[in-house]
Amino acid sequence: MKLESKIPEGPIAEKWTKHKFNLKLVNPANKRKYDVIVVGTGLAGASAAASLGELGYNVKAFCFQDSPRRAHSIAAQGGINAAKNYQNDGDSIFRLFYDTIKGGDYRAREGNVFRLAEVSVSIIDQCVAQGVPFAREYGGLLANRSFGGAQVSRTFYARGQTGQQLLLGAYSALNRQIANGKVKMYNRTEMLDVVVVDGKARGIITRDLVTGKIEAHSAHAVLLCTGGYGNVFYLSTNAKGSNVTAAWRAHKKGAFFGNPCFTQIHPTCIPVSGDHQSKLTLMSESLRNDGRVWVPKAAMKGLKAKEAVNIKEEDRDYFLERRYPSFGNLVPRDVASRNAKYVCDEGRGVGPTGLAVFLDFADAIKRDGRKVIEQKYGNLFDMYMQITGDNPYEVPMMIFPAVHYTMGGLWVDYNLMTTVPGLYALGEANFSDHGANRLGASALMQGLADGYFVVPYTIGDYLATIGWTDKVSTDHPAFKQAIEEVNGRVNRLMSIKGSKPVDQFHRELGLTMWEYCGMSRSEEGLKKAKKKIQDLRAEFWTNVNILGSANELNPELEKAGRVADFLELGELMVDDALNRAESCGGHFREESATPDGEAMRKDDEYAYVAAWEYTGDNQPEVLHKEELKFENVKLTQRSYK
Amino acid sequence: MKITLKIWRQKGTNDKGSFKTYKMDHASPDMSFLEMLDVLNNDLVRKGEEPVAFDHDCREGICGMCSLYINGRPHGPLQTTTCQLHMRSFSDGETITIEPWRAKAFPIIKDLVVDRTAFDRIQQAGGYVSVNTGGVPDANEIPVPKKIADEAMDAAQCIGCGACVAACKNASAMLFVSAKVSQFALLPQGQPERMERAEKMVARMDAEGFGACTNTRACEAECPKGIKITNIARMNREYFAAMLTNYEVEAGAGGD
Repeated sequence: MKLESKIPEGPIAEKWTKHKFNLKLVNPANKRKYDVIVVGTGLAGASAAASLGELGYNVKAFCFQDSPRRAHSIAAQGGINAAKNYQNDGDSIFRLFYDTIKGGDYRAREGNVFRLAEVSVSIIDQCVAQGVPFAREYGGLLANRSFGGAQVSRTFYARGQTGQQLLLGAYSALNRQIANGKVKMYNRTEMLDVVVVDGKARGIITRDLVTGKIEAHSAHAVLLCTGGYGNVFYLSTNAKGSNVTAAWRAHKKGAFFGNPCFTQIHPTCIPVSGDHQSKLTLMSESLRNDGRVWVPKAAMKGLKAKEAVNIKEEDRDYFLERRYPSFGNLVPRDVASRNAKYVCDEGRGVGPTGLAVFLDFADAIKRDGRKVIEQKYGNLFDMYMQITGDNPYEVPMMIFPAVHYTMGGLWVDYNLMTTVPGLYALGEANFSDHGANRLGASALMQGLADGYFVVPYTIGDYLATIGWTDKVSTDHPAFKQAIEEVNGRVNRLMSIKGSKPVDQFHRELGLTMWEYCGMSRSEEGLKKAKKKIQDLRAEFWTNVNILGSANELNPELEKAGRVADFLELGELMVDDALNRAESCGGHFREESATPDGEAMRKDDEYAYVAAWEYTGDNQPEVLHKEELKFENVKLTQRSYK
Repeated sequence: MKITLKIWRQKGTNDKGSFKTYKMDHASPDMSFLEMLDVLNNDLVRKGEEPVAFDHDCREGICGMCSLYINGRPHGPLQTTTCQLHMRSFSDGETITIEPWRAKAFPIIKDLVVDRTAFDRIQQAGGYVSVNTGGVPDANEIPVPKKIADEAMDAAQCIGCGACVAACKNASAMLFVSAKVSQFALLPQGQPERMERAEKMVARMDAEGFGACTNTRACEAECPKGIKITNIARMNREYFAAMLTNYEVEAGAGGD
């Protein structure tokens, strides 16, 4: 099968406009004859479900949480980028496009990224019209800030809760369509399979998480807006429920998986405090604007924050400032994370686990006064104090990198359609716009771009092409068979009755992924990881213990199904990382480094999207390559020295 | 830390529930409250006992999914969400009582998990500005005074957890409903539907079986996001104004 990205011909700035005109339309009177399924109600899912309902399609939307408002988009803190140029500081659609391509270390498609920058301006208009309370200046107009090292102020924000406010905006639009009867909402319902008939996606199989009932739902098209798979690492900044199951089921039914090894690891998270740790908490990277990152020059095992204040200046190593004199503490996320790992690997990490570095505000407080620092970071300092019990006004913070976002995901074409016709992937669930590294404030932008402004156009083309009569009812044998398969899998999980809780398998998988497929990856380590994951997967299917029954609310069963899929995805991530013998963005291969240890890209060999095809259980996946062509930006090696 | 847990166990909505006591001798002060429950649950699985069901998701205090009535207070002793509560807030040897949210409008699903879809239905009754995707004015064509925008944001921070209902002796949802009504009553975008929004959301709230407000301010004292009861006062004004105003609830057939 040849991968067709379907990027329209012509100059980059005209592609989307031209494409929109060339797309077929569905007659307004016929829209009500089409059914669309939307899985997930985060920014991408809620905005898509609402927009498609407004257009007149019949939408069924699904979320595993108790309400669509809980989706993990809600936790995004920083902001959302848009090329509005409200600040008159030289921003433009082209500049946002350029920054995003470069930030992604030249592993994203030009066409998609330009469209993202182009529709970014409409997103802000839409959200304001919905009543999203963005930060404002005294004159009443919108405020902006510079974020993540960007040289222009293009980030819109609502205090430190931008994701929450944008999601509640999309949720309100979704609620309006639910009230209008155009969207039927299924809370506490998890998708467990996609049904493909005659090569087209025709519906899904779900489990009602309260009653355990397995049900079939058919539609003309299925949209997966199910987020990323960072929880394969067990510890991440994702919500506990975030999972890969919907995407992975789709992958096993024919949707290719793009760049699975591209993971973003965020440098400023609160370190692990013990074996009981269940998740990691991110603190805005704005902290690095004033905080200085350091460890002791000589190893001091178990050094506490309280003792750190007594360490003399000459005994401290401000390693980012030392290695990167021009960018210092403000180097990009991947570089900051990797260097923190290096000093901990050398045994110079601090805190009880030795897996932490200091982020010190003493100099900033001396320079600007406590009041100024409090105004800038007060809520973050409070949060830190609440979680760790340490007071960062008096002692340095301890931080360590954590998995935050996955750039990889289901491969999609320009229309956001996967390799299965009628099956779409939106937002973090697809691979398309962030390349090998995502810039700050661009995840929210992509989720809403896909849901509000891309899929409502592109889905019409598909639906108009197949026609409304081309639908398969849930009485079709394929649905019956899919229900049986899902039931069989649930029963198999329940019947193992081994001795280990699900969490323990998840934790072990996470440790392997973090050790060998985390911030730094080598051929030797990856091969070791592959074997470990295979062994763990085999043990899981013979020794996991799930109590209770399948016909009731059973959180252990939910977790088990998700961990089973992570155990398969983990191996594919390792395969992808092995295949990509270059360093780019968040993917650092130790074999591909400059003499002084910096990442080295290999554009001649690896300027492609790796799209993996599933071929059967325990069979090697087949790699397909989509060449990336750069016609509007020049490829350069990133340097922060 | 050694602690004793008294936890409400209930098989299903229509089953009779009761407290069950568990001893835990390896809690750590650095654990979050939910991590302590994770540890308990994994211990129970190893012993072959069914783990305790509880709601949670983001574990960073923003999704609103976690709940729990801990030692007689929603989200426990601090004014924060349960996921942000740590065991260092409890003392060694303490007995901790954990119950689900208690309200007629929040039926228990299992153990500590309750059904809060009534909140969704209240939002569906009018918690939105009726704009379709596309065709909206440029964002800066709708100026909003900073003070108003900030006040709207204060109200919009509600996470919909239901602590206000759980804290209230009448199980009233006024704080939750008024936060949304206030956000839109303050902003220019909310003006066209201001009257009917207040009326419809209040009507839905009553229909769901939430109680009346008697100004005890328990909701405000327990709200993990600091939502103020001035919002309730504003909602009352909105509601009475709507009652006294003649406005068209339903648009006509349209067209001619």
